[in-house]
Formats: sequence, structure tokens, C-alpha cells
Amino acid sequence: MGEFKRPETEQEFADNFSQIKPLMNETEAYYESSRCLFCYDAPCQKACPTAIDIPLFIRQINSGDVTGSAETIYASNYFGNACGKVCPTEVLCEGACVYNEQNVKPIEIGRLQNFATKQAIEENKNLFSLAPENGKKIAIVGAGPAGVSCACELRALGYEVDIFEAKAKPSGLTVHGVAPYKIENEEVLDEMEYLEKQFGYRVTYNSPINSEEDLRKLEEGYDAIFLGIGLGNTSVLGLPGEDLDNCVGATELIEELRMNHHQIKIGNKVVVLGGGNTAMDAASESARMGAESVILSYRRGPEEMGAYDFEYDLAKGVGAQGLFNVQPVEILGNGGVEGVRFTRTEVVGNELREIPGSEFEIQCDMVIKATGQLKQKDFLNMIAGVEMDDGGRISIDSSGRIGSTKYFAGGDAVNGGAEVVNAAAEGKEAAQGIHQYLME
Amino acid sequence: MPDLSSNLAGIKSPNPFWLASAPPTNSGYQVMKAFDAGWGGAVWKTLGVPVVNVSSRYGGVNYRDSRLVGLNNIELITDRPLKDNLEEIEEVKKHFPDHAVIASLMVETREEWHQIVKDVENAGSDGIELNFGCPHGMCERGMGSAVGQEPKVLKTIVEWVKEVASIPVIVKLTPNISDIVEPARAAKEGNGDAISLINTIQSLVGVDIDNFVPYPVVDGESTNGGYCGPAVKPIALNMVKNCAQNVDLPISGIGGIENWRDAVEYFLLGATNVQVCTAVMHFGFGIIREMLPGLENYMKEKGFSNLEEMKGKALDNVKTWENLNLKYKVVAEIDEEKCVGCQLCYIACEDGAHQAIRLKENENRVPEIIEENCVGCNLCSIVCPIEDCITMERRDDGSENLTWAQRTDANDIPTTFNDEKAGGIGHWVPKPTDALRK
Repeated sequence: MGEFKRPETEQEFADNFSQIKPLMNETEAYYESSRCLFCYDAPCQKACPTAIDIPLFIRQINSGDVTGSAETIYASNYFGNACGKVCPTEVLCEGACVYNEQNVKPIEIGRLQNFATKQAIEENKNLFSLAPENGKKIAIVGAGPAGVSCACELRALGYEVDIFEAKAKPSGLTVHGVAPYKIENEEVLDEMEYLEKQFGYRVTYNSPINSEEDLRKLEEGYDAIFLGIGLGNTSVLGLPGEDLDNCVGATELIEELRMNHHQIKIGNKVVVLGGGNTAMDAASESARMGAESVILSYRRGPEEMGAYDFEYDLAKGVGAQGLFNVQPVEILGNGGVEGVRFTRTEVVGNELREIPGSEFEIQCDMVIKATGQLKQKDFLNMIAGVEMDDGGRISIDSSGRIGSTKYFAGGDAVNGGAEVVNAAAEGKEAAQGIHQYLME
Repeated sequence: MPDLSSNLAGIKSPNPFWLASAPPTNSGYQVMKAFDAGWGGAVWKTLGVPVVNVSSRYGGVNYRDSRLVGLNNIELITDRPLKDNLEEIEEVKKHFPDHAVIASLMVETREEWHQIVKDVENAGSDGIELNFGCPHGMCERGMGSAVGQEPKVLKTIVEWVKEVASIPVIVKLTPNISDIVEPARAAKEGNGDAISLINTIQSLVGVDIDNFVPYPVVDGESTNGGYCGPAVKPIALNMVKNCAQNVDLPISGIGGIENWRDAVEYFLLGATNVQVCTAVMHFGFGIIREMLPGLENYMKEKGFSNLEEMKGKALDNVKTWENLNLKYKVVAEIDEEKCVGCQLCYIACEDGAHQAIRLKENENRVPEIIEENCVGCNLCSIVCPIEDCITMERRDDGSENLTWAQRTDANDIPTTFNDEKAGGIGHWVPKPTDALRK
């Protein structure tokens, strides 16, 4: 047996996936907020993609104005509560805290942020002022962080907003893709419900926009359209055996895990392919679901992994083992996965080379591909005037607008796949861009 | 939306947060920057015959990891020419006509007072503050707190100023006096329009124990300074309350204010507005962005639509001791779920109070209140490091009210050394020798 027993009940699942940033109590919040120095031109604020006035919201917690604190947070980031938990604060605000310079523990900014916004959500605090309706209508495709942030900002500016969401729940990867030990589904959905109530935008669920006909209707019915469509399914590697049972994409697996918890089956010996943050999540999650061995395989050395150090540490902390400078050449098995054949690699100059004759096999009963998500090129090609870069990312101008169309975009479909906080920032900025465009 | 605008004796400002006369108001540059950040008014660094200052000038008091819970300074009034200051006051008023600019003044003779009052009025000041409070340096020359400590002299100078002033005159009081009400009354008698308090408290903040000289050190020597910052707030609050209850003049509250909550406390004890210095010297003008929404949220929550509605709300609840209810009875309760087992409550009560907490043997470390010994003093609850872990719970049913004054009237008070009417007779204390086994 591995470190974690296979969860069979909701409680066992919750225990295996206990929150790494649990909600602070009042005592913790008081002590932690007392430590903040209130730096001038604070590095934490500069490190935040949404530029939250962090020293201010912490000072407000400390003086007992928790409502004001939530107001400060939401003024910059509509995903304030979720970001407090899911942001990689170690490399953003907390990583920038000046205390690090003297090896003093940085302020736990994320947890303080989560604490302040939690109260506003629970008490349904009215923190936002909405401009009078201006008679203009905006359609948003995708209720992820970019789409919902764009909707909130547009409502604040007086627009009527309709969001069309393909799935049954809002928040995009916040609820479907983030590791369960970072945030629980209920907490994500509570914030979405709060925002929907406060801002009064309409969301239609289970209604994918995927035909030219759908797009034409939006173009006719709305003054502008924001695309917060994110990315598609896990990319196909083109390996023999890739279609065997139990060879799955990380994005799809994590979504299933978040929706169905302990009811999904994870193999006993798992091999994860990839070196990004999603690979680390998939490895951690497999271990917490009771896998006996989890191997994280990456084609280059550990220092070149795209994953943050703390994410790799999290995976190692629950027993995942790194296997570096290896490239999969075939998924082995008959019906189901039985192993992976790798070849060893070396980096010469900047080039990755396979070492001839170095092939070897590892037995496993599950392979998780965390090798990136597809871009939604087919969908985007249906829109006249859309430009994409070589990587299939939507090209936008500084206002978030796509060329000279009435389409705007933000989030993963534009940045290629970043954090919730980046999408939240981009959605909000695009709303300002739409406002400028329509007010001209 | 509550109205935050403030009016102190006719001096209007968009909000009640002013900068106190001090280094942050030394120049037009600073005052403009502060107004731009959101401050409602500024009392200019005291004008007079310019001085020569020493280096260094400040000493700080830290408590554990908290920096500057107290600040001590030996800087004097402005060292800049009057002409420069007047030009800058004029310029600030041009850019910020709705903000309050108050000229703090300190000179010696009647002629000087008349001249400088006219000068600052001509520059466009909205009010004048008379600095009768500075307790270091200037007082050696017969000014500052030397005036504030002599109510008769204070009254005379206020009269001189009022002979020529056409804008409101605020009299700034020194706390270095036994009864603050006396100079406050003198300010009223001299026809002053408002009082501001407190100025700094005479202090030595510490001694360099290697070189045998107090801080701040000036070439191996030192002098007493004026103390301010969060540490002085309780002293200032009491003096503000005394003035509010006894003297009919609007009050500008000063002393240790660094957030909205501090300001609200001053308002509830009778202040019309507040002045801030140390917190700005520590954190910059930016702290105003915590104070304004904090005050506004508090007013919304309490249903105050303007500042006047909350002014003095706590005053009726501050009485003399003899009028407090002796029948009111609270005892401590420990929340076992929250208790972390530090046992600070136990040792505080055991050694510092009434031996009303015991440790439970062979169990967890949560102490137990001995309710029959508990006098409800609060000590355990204020040493407890956990929010709401030890609470004081009421035990009387609220039906009885009996004060010392009533008992005095009823001839029911202890008068002799072994009088059984006192509170301690029969009250349990351990035997002295029990201490030796502990």
C-alpha cells in the first residue's frame, strides 16, 4: 500500500486531500496581519497580476474592517477568494515579501485574502456599485475566470451581460482543473454564486457555442463578444498504444476527479508524462488516491521543468518519484496499459537528443499525459478576422480586442495557459477595452 | 452613504482626518501630497522665529517585534523662513480650496503674535493653532508647554491673538500638567474657539547602556523629548474625555491615532476631528486609505449619517468610580476548544490577582476557573493570547443597582480598619505558608 489508503467515502477523500491552505481563524488572522510591515510601493502588490493593494487589505483586517478588506481585494480581483487559495503565492506575492530577504517567514497573504473575502461571501456583503444600465449587451463565451471577471466588470460599467457556458458549473478550471487540496468545489461555487447575485449577469449552462450559426446569433444579438474559451483537451502525443485503456489526459482526469471524487479509479502503478504544474498535480493526486507508486517522467533534467519548485515539492512530499531525461516511445499493453517504453535523452547544446540503444521499460497500469492542452483552432477558424500566433494562441491588441472585429478575448486561449489570477486580470482588462470600444 | 465632512469651530474639511503640526507638515510639498492622498486638513509645522535644530532628533520605543509603539522627538518648531512658509500656504490653498490649512504658531511678544496672525490670515489659512504644548527646547525659552502649564498666561496670549484674528483659533494643550481642564477653561475664558490635545508628553525613551547616555544621542549627550505614538493614546483619550465633559469648546483629538478605530474612539469621547502624526511618520500618508473606508463602513454599520451623530456617544457612559454598580458581577469562562494550554491566565491570576484559576492534574492543559474565588477582574481574559477564548460572563441578574455613593448616603460603607462592611472579609485567600510548597 502507498502512503494514502484508497478513499472509499467522501470523508476519506476529504482527509486524503486536506486543504494545504486552510481557512484562518480569527486569532491567526490577527497575528498574521499584525506582522505586515505596510511596505511603501509594496513588492507583493507589484508581484500580483491583478495588483491588489495587499498592504491595505491586510491593515484593514488588522483594524477590524474586514468588510473594507474584502472591498479592497474585490476592487482588483473578482476571484479574490479562490485566488487566495489557488494562486501560486510562493512565486507571486508571498515570494516577493520583503521578509524573505532576512529569512523571516513571509506574510501568508493568500490565506489572509481568503479569510477576508470568505466573510463577505458568507454574509452576501454588498461591496460593489453598478453604473446605471447603458442599454448595450455583451455576450461572453465561457464562465471561467476570464469570462466571469469580464462579466463583473462590464456589469459595474452598466452593460447587460449573458454568459454561455458549455459545462454545468461556472469558474472553468478553478473547479474543474485545480488540485482538490488547493480548494474545495463548494468554496469555488460559493464565490461564483455570490458574484452572480451581486452583479446580476446571466449564465446559461450546458450551452456550448460551437457552430457558425451560434456565432452568427451572438454577433447579431450583442454589441461585443468576449471569448474566455480556455484550452481544449490534452494534446495527442502520437505514440503507439496511446489509445489503450488507462492512458488518459491529465486535464480530463483531474476534471473527473474534481467532479466524482473517490468514485474514480486510479491505477496502482502510475506513470505521469510531463514536467509542468499539471503533471505535478496529476502525480500528487494519484498518490493521494492511493496509488502505490507514482513516477513523474520528464524528457529533460529537473531544473528545466516548467513546474514551480513548490509544486514539485508537493508531489515529492506525497511519494512521487522523478525520472528525468527520458522520452516515452511506446505505451505498452493489450487492451489496458501494462507499461511504458522509454528512451534516455541528453541535451547537447540546446538540443534534446535520444540516446541510441538506451531503451528500457517500466511496468505500470496507468499513464497520465500531462503534456499540454490543445488550442481551439477549429472553433476560432469559424470567426472571420481572428488571428492566431504560431502556438495557436489568439492575438489581441492592448485593449483585448481581436483585430478589427467585435470580439475580445482573454485567459488561457490568449496566454496559452496560465494561472486563474492571470485570466481574472485579463478578463477585467478586456471589459475596460470593450467599454472603450463601445464608447468611442 | 455617510457624510464624512467635518466642521471644527467653523473650519471645514472634507473629512475629519488632519495631519498634526509636525515634520509631515513641514512644507507645501508634503501637505499637497497628503491632500492628494486623501487627508482632509493639515496643521502646518509651527511657525515663528525660525530655529536651529540638532542631529539626531528622534528616539523610538519598540515592544517586542512592534516598532515605534512610542516616538520621542527633540526637534523644535520650523527652521524655515516665515516668508517661504507663507508662500507655500497660499499655494496649497490655491490647489485645495476645500481642504483645511491651519497655521500653528509660537512667538513671544504681543506684537509678534499680532503680526504673525495677520500674516497667516493673509496667506489664506483657514484657522490658527496656538502651540502651547511643545515640552522640549521651546519651553526652556518660555514658550510651548511653559505657556500651557500656566493657565493665566495662556489666557492672556489667547486674548492677544483674538484681538486681531478673524479666523477660528484652536488652542493646543500640553498633557504635562496635573489637571488638563484648567488650561482648557483658560482657553475658553480667553475666547478661544476650540482646543486640540494632546501635545507630546515629556519623556526619555531609553538609555544607551554602553555609553551611559539616553536616546536620541547628540554628540554623547541627550535631553528630554516629547513622547507620542500609539503608547500615549490612553492618556490622551482620558484628557479628551475630561475636556469634553467639563469645557464647552470643540475638540480636535490627538495622540496615537493610526487607524479608523482609534479615530472613532476619539469621536465617541467627544472629539470633533482628529490629528495624526506618528503613524504618518512611520507609514506615510498612504494610511489614510485604510482610515476613510474604515470610518465609513463603521458609520454605515451603526447607522450614523454624519460625524455629529456619533460625537460624544460614549461620554454619558463615563462616570466617576463612586457611581458604578457594585452589584454587577462577571466571572471568567474558558473556551476549552480554543484554549492552547499556555497557562498564562493561571499564573497571572495565581501570582497577580486572586488565585481563582487552578490547573487540572493529569489532564489536558486547559485551566479551570474557581468561580467562587473569581472577582471578575478581567486579567486572565486580557493576557489570553487567543481571540474570544476567555470571556467574562455575567452572573448577576441585572435587577440590582447599588453604588458606593448610595452606600455612602445610606451610611453603609466601611470606616474602620477591621470593618466587616468591606469586600475582603471572609473572602477566601490561601494560607501564606501554602506558598512554600508551590
